[in-house]
Amino acid sequence: MDSPVVFKARGLTKIYRMGEVEVVALRNVDLDLHGGEFVVLLGPSGSGKSTLLNILGGLDTATSGHVLYSGTDLTAANERELTAFRRDHVGFVFQFYNLIPSLTARENVAAVTEIATRPMRPEDALEIVGMGKRLDHFPAQLSGGEQQRVAIARAIAKNPAVLLCDEPTGALDSATGIVVLEALERANRELGTTTVVITHNMVIAEMADRVIRMADGQVAGSERNETRKSPSELHW
Amino acid sequence: MKALDRKLLRDLWHMRGMAVAISLVMIGGISTFVMSRVTYESLKITQARYYIDQRFADVFAGLVRAPEAVAERFIELPGVNQVETRVVAPVNLEVEGFDDPVTGRIMSLPEFGEPRLNVPYLRRGRLPAPAADHEIAINEDFADAHGFQPGDRLVAVIKGHRKRLDIVGIALSPEYMYAIPPGALFPDYERYGILWMNRKALATAFDMDGAFNDVSFSLQRGASERDLIDRVDLVLARYGGLGAYGRDDQFSHRFITEELRGLETMATIFPVIFLGVAAFLLNVVISRLVATEREQIGTLKAFGYSTAQVALHYIKLVLSITAFGLVAGTGLGLWFAKGLSGIYQVFYSFPYLHFELDPLILLQAVAVTLVAALAGTAFAVRRAAALPPAEGMRPEPPPVYRATFLERLGLQQRLAEPSRMIVRHIARQPLKAGLTMLGIAAACSILMITNFQRDAISWMLGVQYGLSSREDLTVLFTDPTPRRALYSIKSLEGVGHVEGFRAVPARLVHGHRSHRTAIDGIEPGGELQRVLDAALHPVSIPPQGILLTEYLAEEILRISPGELLTIEVLEGNRPVLQVPVVGTTREYLGVNAYMSREALNDLMREGPAISGARLAVDPERQVEIYGRLRGMPRVAGTIVRDTAIEQFNEMMEQTILYFSFITALLGGFIAFGVVYNSARIALSERSRELASLRVLGFTRGEVAYILLGEIGLLTLLAIPLGFLFGYGLSGYLTVAFSSDLYRIALVVEPATYALAATIVLVSFAITGALIWRKLARLDLIEVLKTRE
Repeated sequence: MDSPVVFKARGLTKIYRMGEVEVVALRNVDLDLHGGEFVVLLGPSGSGKSTLLNILGGLDTATSGHVLYSGTDLTAANERELTAFRRDHVGFVFQFYNLIPSLTARENVAAVTEIATRPMRPEDALEIVGMGKRLDHFPAQLSGGEQQRVAIARAIAKNPAVLLCDEPTGALDSATGIVVLEALERANRELGTTTVVITHNMVIAEMADRVIRMADGQVAGSERNETRKSPSELHW
Repeated sequence: MKALDRKLLRDLWHMRGMAVAISLVMIGGISTFVMSRVTYESLKITQARYYIDQRFADVFAGLVRAPEAVAERFIELPGVNQVETRVVAPVNLEVEGFDDPVTGRIMSLPEFGEPRLNVPYLRRGRLPAPAADHEIAINEDFADAHGFQPGDRLVAVIKGHRKRLDIVGIALSPEYMYAIPPGALFPDYERYGILWMNRKALATAFDMDGAFNDVSFSLQRGASERDLIDRVDLVLARYGGLGAYGRDDQFSHRFITEELRGLETMATIFPVIFLGVAAFLLNVVISRLVATEREQIGTLKAFGYSTAQVALHYIKLVLSITAFGLVAGTGLGLWFAKGLSGIYQVFYSFPYLHFELDPLILLQAVAVTLVAALAGTAFAVRRAAALPPAEGMRPEPPPVYRATFLERLGLQQRLAEPSRMIVRHIARQPLKAGLTMLGIAAACSILMITNFQRDAISWMLGVQYGLSSREDLTVLFTDPTPRRALYSIKSLEGVGHVEGFRAVPARLVHGHRSHRTAIDGIEPGGELQRVLDAALHPVSIPPQGILLTEYLAEEILRISPGELLTIEVLEGNRPVLQVPVVGTTREYLGVNAYMSREALNDLMREGPAISGARLAVDPERQVEIYGRLRGMPRVAGTIVRDTAIEQFNEMMEQTILYFSFITALLGGFIAFGVVYNSARIALSERSRELASLRVLGFTRGEVAYILLGEIGLLTLLAIPLGFLFGYGLSGYLTVAFSSDLYRIALVVEPATYALAATIVLVSFAITGALIWRKLARLDLIEVLKTRE
């Protein structure tokens, strides 16, 4: 791949201390992510996928090692710099959507566009994910898949350089999951957003440019798909 | 509007019950603060304006008689600005259709022009015309009590001469804002009047032609009051001066000043309690909100909201609740202040009221409230803002429960599972449980205060009139009179028991401390006027020496039994005497000095003279007896006891009712605010747990028991604590309000405890009903589905 490296991780290690016990979540991980790439992170639970994603997204900090984002060292950044990094460059999608229940779909997106530097209109973002008709519904009035699509709209509305998705279909049935994946795929294709999707569902790996397997806090393998399947071709 | 602000509004709407409950408590604090401060300031300003407008004097002196020429010497005294000499005469009044004895005080007005000092404030009609010898103005309270209008008439008996007088004006005076008849303890507007009359007409009737018996002074700026008082006393010594005194000892001024001091105390205690409780409630509610919104906070931060933005969001929420409390509290406070100042205006005969809202008071209210609110929530807001986003995404770790101390003692066998849950839940958050109890206890104590005042007053009246002053009537003579006059009084039909007394005006001095009062010489073994000890048992009057009211001995003169007291008599030859203090007496109204009548006569080097008599009479013949007494020479006036009590009760009832209403309302606010919020928070924290229990087959009643049992237990525990606080607060008030005018007894009746506890329990019952409804709406499936 010729596109520039967006994320460069070297020797990433993360150790949690839980009471008396030390848990090693990441061991010496090296990783490069390229601009516009659609990457699927595969692995069983406890393999360190979420920890890696959180560190890449500036939600968490590594115990040792370095993460460079477009040449900037995130591991050296303070709280304020990490906040600015997340605000300007990263979009998150979570397994349980994490919408603000007291805000409508449009307002949930607006909450993010209001603080972004070059956002799209919330309505446009919702249109991309196929939620243009349900702008004024509250999360409680939406199905799980709809909520997740609002969450994707919220993530892409700021025109982020990277989209980090932690089990975006984990709480959804397969039909709904595919609709959500289509929304992600469309954002990646049309906006050129570097997209990382965590999943333990092997099928989803088929729509990626690249699949990175994780096990026991380490990168166990990385392979490139010759052809990307479209989400509608997937079944599980 | 920003999306986050919309969230704020919807969050507020969602938690409106709790927000309103907190606001109510804040309203309690802010409104009492605004009410007390605004009333205080308004009355202060009105008083100051009134004093200036009517040229209220700085120094006053009464005397027996001095030729008018003496006034020239006063003008030359250093520091004197204006001098006004007057003739002041006690009168008996006859009001048509009113049988009770009416007494009054007539004051002279200069023949031409306004008085230089103590100018009456004319409400209706006019002042007596120059040279008119039968025209008077009367004070408004007296006029209102009898419905007098200019043009009406009344009859005055001055030195035994009946004189028909035309009322031409209705007036007020800063000298008599709180007008108390001599020898009485309370104002009695029906039976005591203040009259103004031309100097010449009054002097002629009172044998004071070319002379005066009352003088007042205003001071030059910066002049020493003490110095002037000494010089005036020196000048008046040979004219029977009764001792000059400053404004601070002027009765009406004293009384109002004391009352205003009470308002200041109120402006401190109540807001502190209310705002303290409000801060605690805000802390509980915001902490809970932050806990439930962990993930939302995490999400916001994941999307780049900064710590400061998140903090600001929650601060805005706190400020919204506070702002509502501030606006409503200020509004309510102003409304209370209007009502209260109105009551004071009538009670203290202010001619008008400058109701002013000093912006500074509002600023203070805002500042104090904001500090309380933000201090109360600082911790919760900080926790919200500082939450690392990755941590916010993870569910909160399950709360740690332990077997409680009680259980480790082996009590668990006695507790069913639900009760065990209650005990463990309380034990898990002892600080919160403790503060909840404190809040409820505070409500309970505030609820006790009001009724405590009522208890204390009825106790004081009971002691004063049931144990101490037990006469039906008191007769006052114009001059000391031979004791044999008692026989002619006793011979009146219907008079049962008669006791004479000798009252001598004097200055009591001990070291540099002194107090002006009258020494009451009473008959040992008397039944009508008794002196009580600390246990309220009658004390026998010792044959020698003097007894002082505790407060006079301990607080004012700082003298103990066994020490010598200097008495500067302010009548007759004005001897200066040394008398040992032989004991102290307990009294709640006024401060007094008692001696045996005979010993006092001996000290005064006079025969068995008396200044008046106390009578027990047949109530059937009371009216007839007044008539006879009025006709007797030397009788200056008659005071009826029952009417004085009634009048006082009526007046107190008004003020106290107003306070009762306010404090009961506000105390209820606190009780409800704390109980409701605690229950609501518990419901929010435990809805999953409770829904699980419902799914497992627990009934709504059993689940309600677990939820309400906790707050119910805390409420029950808080009530005795509240009793303790209430008693302590009452004790504080008795100290804060003590003065030589009156002391409040620390008496709390069982009914007061019962009422406070009842209101607290009612708050709990209302909360229970509201929570019961919410439990009915608990959606079992939805609750179990949502991820915590």
